[in-house]
Parts: sequence; structure tokens; C-alpha cells
Amino acid sequence: MNAYWNPEIETMSRDALTTLQDRRLRTALNHAYTNCKPYRAKMEAAGILPGDINGVEDLWKLPMTHKSDLRDSYPYGMFAVPMGDVVRIHASSGTTGKQTVVGYTAQDIAVWGECMARCLTMAGATKDDIVHVSYGYGLFTGGLGGHIGGETIGAATIPASTGNTKRQLQMFSDFGSTVLLCTPSYAMHLGDAVLEEGIRDQLKLRIGLFGAEPWTEEMRGEIESRLGVRAHDIYGLSEVMGPGVSCDCPERKGLHVMEDHFLVEIVDPHTGKPLPDGVPGELVFTCVTKEALPLIRYNTRDICTIDRSPCACGRNLTRMGKITGRTDDMLIIRGVNVFPSQVESVLLGVAGVAPYYRLVVDRINNLDALEIQVEMTEGLFSDEERRIESTVRRIEKDVLSMLGISAKITLVSHGTIERFEGKAKRVLDRRTP
Amino acid sequence: MVIEQISVFVENKQGALSEVLEVLAEGKIDLRAISIADTSDFGILRMIVPDPDKTLALLKAKGITASKTEVTGCKLPDEPGALYRVLKTLEGISVEYIYAFLTRRDEDAYVIIRVEDNERAQEVLRAAGHTIIGSEDVYSL
Repeated sequence: MNAYWNPEIETMSRDALTTLQDRRLRTALNHAYTNCKPYRAKMEAAGILPGDINGVEDLWKLPMTHKSDLRDSYPYGMFAVPMGDVVRIHASSGTTGKQTVVGYTAQDIAVWGECMARCLTMAGATKDDIVHVSYGYGLFTGGLGGHIGGETIGAATIPASTGNTKRQLQMFSDFGSTVLLCTPSYAMHLGDAVLEEGIRDQLKLRIGLFGAEPWTEEMRGEIESRLGVRAHDIYGLSEVMGPGVSCDCPERKGLHVMEDHFLVEIVDPHTGKPLPDGVPGELVFTCVTKEALPLIRYNTRDICTIDRSPCACGRNLTRMGKITGRTDDMLIIRGVNVFPSQVESVLLGVAGVAPYYRLVVDRINNLDALEIQVEMTEGLFSDEERRIESTVRRIEKDVLSMLGISAKITLVSHGTIERFEGKAKRVLDRRTP
Repeated sequence: MVIEQISVFVENKQGALSEVLEVLAEGKIDLRAISIADTSDFGILRMIVPDPDKTLALLKAKGITASKTEVTGCKLPDEPGALYRVLKTLEGISVEYIYAFLTRRDEDAYVIIRVEDNERAQEVLRAAGHTIIGSEDVYSL
């Protein structure tokens, strides 16, 4: 059975949808050009005025936006409304330690609620469900994003946040949670704990929406069998909005993008030119209804494909495939964006430490684990272990405050980290994609 | 009067200690005393050798992280309670680590003591009648 939160939009014909997108795109470009200096400068540099763009077919003519644009305008430089109209701030890690800050007007938050409501409904949730949100609540968009979705559909929504697995299980059984939202790796972890406690029979969980990190079909099967849920993939990023940009329907043949709000393109990573459907490339979004933080052709650096053909679920919204990789060196660890350069800046801030390091990412007990291997140097070495240990603790603390996730620091012998044309090979990701 | 000790970083992985010892063996370095500090994450090999500068250069040439530290050596009778008396004397002085060794040359035992202020520690030890040994003494053992 297919349920729609907003059947008019979700089943709209492609022609009608394109007309709506064209109109909204023109408005969005005017808004960005008029109210956001960096966009005006970009368009002027490219010799383009909002009037040159009639609709979606002209989208490719516009210059792209990158994470660095947001970083360079830290914190509010790309906001296009007065701060008085901003009602929410979220942030995610950036490449150099400065966070990428995003803002929302009340209308932006309402759109977020609408999109999340569509995702939850798509996955089969209704107002009679008990929605358990185990994404982290905070600057990360997962928690509050999941939360507004649950409330918008009128379901009892539990802001469980992440961690304290024992308490999560207690809530599952005592509160009767039926819908779970969290990262897929945390879902696996919770699933293992459920098996261990032998309480699977006491659970009422039936639906899961998992996202904020890439996962495989195999993992989907594992999560479903552990938790007894039907698992859906939900995608989003704070720059665009947060979770709810796209989600897979019961057909599970790709994630439907909420295209009345977010235009989606796949471009060639080398030329930046749009690629035909089905060809993998960089995923690019344009937000056509965003007020606080307009986003024009934002290159996510995520690699995937899109499919514009109608879906058996009745939706005509374009589907994106699973994210298969990235074209930059960003890692997603426990849902948190991590750039090797952030680790480097921490290490360079600690006296005696050389910038020879390697990030080893693994999945241990179904949870992402980050190990940072740091080469021993003469400056760091001491004949007293407590001095070395105190430096290690200091690095761990600085890494935690910079990345927002903990890492194990391992000291390795000098010369262990491979020097690759002067630059060290910095990442070893042992997780299956 | 101090003794120069060589300290070497040993990564926490199989074979790491062997690699260091292989370098020392190839350099024909005679180890007078060794001690290994072992944490869950790494190790430090501490040793007394006849020619610390040569040993240090040898290790560094192989890319091994090592350093030279001045420590206090103390000679004491090889009998129960001797080490206790030494430490009792040092009460109030913070001792980072100690290790002891014996030789074939005489009946005595030797202890290496790492403190922040060697001079002060030695003063106290001497005042209590203990025998301090220096580089020459230990290298010729």
C-alpha cells in the first residue's frame, strides 16, 4: 500500500513539476542575487544575471557552489535574510576546523517538517506511530530533523538522542517505539544489543529510517533481521537542509528527491557538465524555496546516479541511487564529517608532533571507530612514559573538540607512514562502503 | 656524577622490539643493563651501554627515535632490604623509575634511578652512606 503525505506534489506529472520548479528557480535566483553578496559576485564573475535563467533547463549555466564558499563566509556571510528572521542555526564540521554554519527561517523549518513528513509517510509511518529518534540532538541536523518529521505527521515523538544503548532498549520496550530513526551503524549496534538481551519479542519496532552515512544492501538485511523493522534509506545534508532531502519508498529502487524544493543534477567531476541519467557523477543540489541560506548548484562531492523515470510507487519524483563514494577526502564517521586536514591542524598545534599521520577508519561491533596513527618524533619522545601519554591525551582531547568524535591515538615508529610524493597517504578506510 | 642512559621508542606491534635489538646487535653494542617500560599503547626500552653517543647515532641512522637521559647510579649490597633503604633515603624526591642489575665482576647490585634533580638525589644518597657510581664505573663493569 502506498501512502503519500502530499499526494499532489509527490504524484505530480513531470511537466507540471518542471513548471513549478522553473518558477521557483527564478524566484530563488532573484533572492540569492539580491540578498546574498557571494552569489551576486559569483554570478557577475560568470557574466550571468538571474534574468538569463528561464528554468531548470538553464541550470547548468550557473556557477557551482562548494563547501569552501560556506566556510569562507563563516559564519553568516551567505545568509540572505536579516538575523531577526532566522529561527534556527545548525552546523557541521568543515575542512579547516571552522564549522559550516547553516540557518533556517520559520518557513525553512516548515519545509523541513514537510519533507520529513513525506519521508516518514513514504516509509509507512502514521500519526499512530511512536517515533523514536536516536540521531544525536544538537548542532547535527539528524536529531531535530527526525524530530520535526515525527511531530509533523502527528506521531508521538521521543527525543531519545544517541548513546546509552541500555536506556534505548528500555525505551523500546517500555515506550513501545514503532519507528526508529538513527544512523545505520547505530541501528546495527542497537540490533546487536537487542539480540544480546534477547528482547526482540518485546519490541514493537516496525519501521526504520536510517541515514547520515553510506550503507549497503547487506547492512539493510542485517538491520532488518536484528530489529524486525522494514529499513528505509534517508538522505540529507545540513547545507541543503538536513535529513529528508530524499528517501526510498516501499519499492526501494532509489531515493525520491523532494524536487519541488531541491533540484538535483549529476555532473562530471572533471568538467562540471551535467551527465545523462544513470551515469555516476557528482551530486549537485539547488534549493528553490530556501530563505535563510540560498543554495545554488551546491556540489555535495557525493557520487551517485539519478533516475527520472516514474516509480511503481506512483511518485514521479527523481530517484537518486545509493551514495557510492566521494570526490574529496571527506570521511563520514558516525554521521560526522571528518576531513584529514582537520586532524592535521590539531597535530600541528601540539608541540613536537610531526604532520605524519594516518586515519584508520574501521567498523568495530558495528560502530565506526577512528584511529589516528601518529609518528613518533624526537620532539614528542621522552624517557618517561607519562610525558608521552600526556601528549597523547592532549591530542585526543583536541581531536574530540575539533571533530566532535573521539579517536584513538596510536604512536607508530618514525618512517612508518608512507610518504607519497611528499604527501602522506592519509586515510585507510576498512569499512565496507 | 651521572650515567647516560639511552631510551628508545618501541611501537606496540609484533617484532618492534626485535627491530631495535637487531640494530644494536649489528652495531655490536654491549648492553650493560636494560629495562622496558610497557604501556598498553607503546614501550620504551631503556639501556645502559658503554658508548651512549655511538649507540644513539647508530639508532638515529636507522630512523629509530631515541634519546639520551642523565640518570643516577647507585651501588648497593646484593641483600634483602638494600633497595628499600635506598628508596627510603629518597623520600620526598619524586622517582620516575628505577631498575636494577647485577654484574659478574663483584658481589654488589646496581640500581639506576631516574629523578628530576640528580645532584640533589645524589647528595641525599651520599649523606646516608650510599655509593654513587658514574659512567666510568658502569661502563667498565
